[in-house]
Amino acid sequence: MIVADKKPIEEIIDEIKEHERILILGCNECVTVCEAGGKKEVGVLASALRMYFLNEGKEVKVDEKTLERQCDHEYLEEIRSMIDQYDAVVSLACGVGVQFTAEKYHSMPVYPGVNTCFMVVTEERGLWTERCQGCGECILARTGAICPVSRCAKRVLNGPCGGSTDGKCEINKEIDCAWQLIVDRLKALDRLDDYEKISPLKDWSTDRAGGPRKVIREDVQQ
Amino acid sequence: MKPKTPSKLEKVLAAGHLAVTSECGPPRGSDPEVIVKKAELIKDHVDSVNITDNQTSVTRMCSLAACIRLKLLGLDPVLQMVTRDRNRIALQSDILGAASFDINNILCLSGDHQSFGDCATGQNVHDLDSMQLIQTIRHMRDEGKFLGGDDIKRPPEMFVGAAANPFADPFEIRVPRLAKKIAAGAEFIQTQCIYNLDKFEEWMKQVVDRGLHEKVSILAGMTPMKSAGMARYMKNRVPGMDVPDEVVKRLSDTPKEKQAEEGINICVEAIQRLKEVEGVRGFHVMAIEWEEKVPEIVERSGLYPRPKVD
Ligand code: SF4
Repeated sequence: MIVADKKPIEEIIDEIKEHERILILGCNECVTVCEAGGKKEVGVLASALRMYFLNEGKEVKVDEKTLERQCDHEYLEEIRSMIDQYDAVVSLACGVGVQFTAEKYHSMPVYPGVNTCFMVVTEERGLWTERCQGCGECILARTGAICPVSRCAKRVLNGPCGGSTDGKCEINKEIDCAWQLIVDRLKALDRLDDYEKISPLKDWSTDRAGGPRKVIREDVQQ
Repeated sequence: MKPKTPSKLEKVLAAGHLAVTSECGPPRGSDPEVIVKKAELIKDHVDSVNITDNQTSVTRMCSLAACIRLKLLGLDPVLQMVTRDRNRIALQSDILGAASFDINNILCLSGDHQSFGDCATGQNVHDLDSMQLIQTIRHMRDEGKFLGGDDIKRPPEMFVGAAANPFADPFEIRVPRLAKKIAAGAEFIQTQCIYNLDKFEEWMKQVVDRGLHEKVSILAGMTPMKSAGMARYMKNRVPGMDVPDEVVKRLSDTPKEKQAEEGINICVEAIQRLKEVEGVRGFHVMAIEWEEKVPEIVERSGLYPRPKVD
């Protein structure tokens, strides 16, 4: 899933302080799981904002709503009938949801309420770690299903670099060296000989480098 | 072995001599005299001189410009090139730029992570890794072609090198990793600084057992310690460095004012021992900000005068 992290409340206040009718819009998917933008966090942020405006002596309406998803037309349509009551939306969805809401309600200011991070697993409650950067050309078959693109600080495809020490990455003793993990895994699979196969230059055009990406599936469209 | 390029380093090795290289770090400014002065100190005692490429990710004068300075002085520079800061367009372009000044050696590295340096909030590139950079240069040189397939007019003539760390983790792949670099096209290797001679000799034995020493010229990396403090720092702080306790002890048992001299003694003894190790084809003497000591080390190790080759 995608993990997001809370934005400092001061930053949100700074964006919205001139508005008077604000909708805090949550999302029931990833941001709910990572406890940054679900129904509960919408409630917490709305209360904090109400408190702030009260202290400032300003009369500001702050409402709450959480959609099933903000990345689908279907669910975003649910607020069409009520959107005119507001002069701003703070979306607690990932950056995808913020943008899709803004695209749909073209004259409505929409502000991000979280910092969208990356694609993760939940290692334990409150700890999410990166596993994928969506490079568009999966090489996990070659690397024992450990991804050097997302998990190596230098995206080294023929690693490790010289900095790998005691299984940890040179940038931080708390971070596993992806290539130590790959070697351990190849060993467990009895495939250590595969280590000596050289990974060719990667086609990064399917990654960020290629510009905004699209997946078109005609079989699904029909 | 017949040399494939005009590189002096390659010629020295091909003639069967033990090679000696050293390295200079470019200045944090644009004064060319800094690099010229460092080069003057060592030029008669080494075959070739590496110029580091923004080492430890601290921004400095570019390696290419500093290499050109050395070339103009008549030295044989080794252009260090990291994959951290350049994509495949810039890498190929800089290689051609270097070749236009007849810089005939290149050392391919991934480079320290930018978080260690003065631009910790910057992007890194890593379009290629060091292994793929080796392949790229060999492709440009041997096929005379760009990565994109077009012909190169006057292809680069470069002797291609890589780094190796005989002490690196994970230990299972220390030798396979070298084999992989050789398969990618590395022709010479400069190793990480060696203090643990037993462990290095063990690694070399495995290298020789696989016959890798016949496919690549291994230059053993040597860095003299200036003090017991430096030894402790290298032991505890520098990733991938193996400094045995007895080295630290030998320095700390020496009075402070004699520690630098003792550091040189340790270095010279190490070179003398490793000269006899099968597969060691030379030494890469990295006297960090202590270039003036290189001549003494080379002379006392019995590696002076340097051979004349043409
Ligand atoms: S130490 Fe490992 S994870 Fe870190 S940059 Fe080097 S190869 Fe990648």
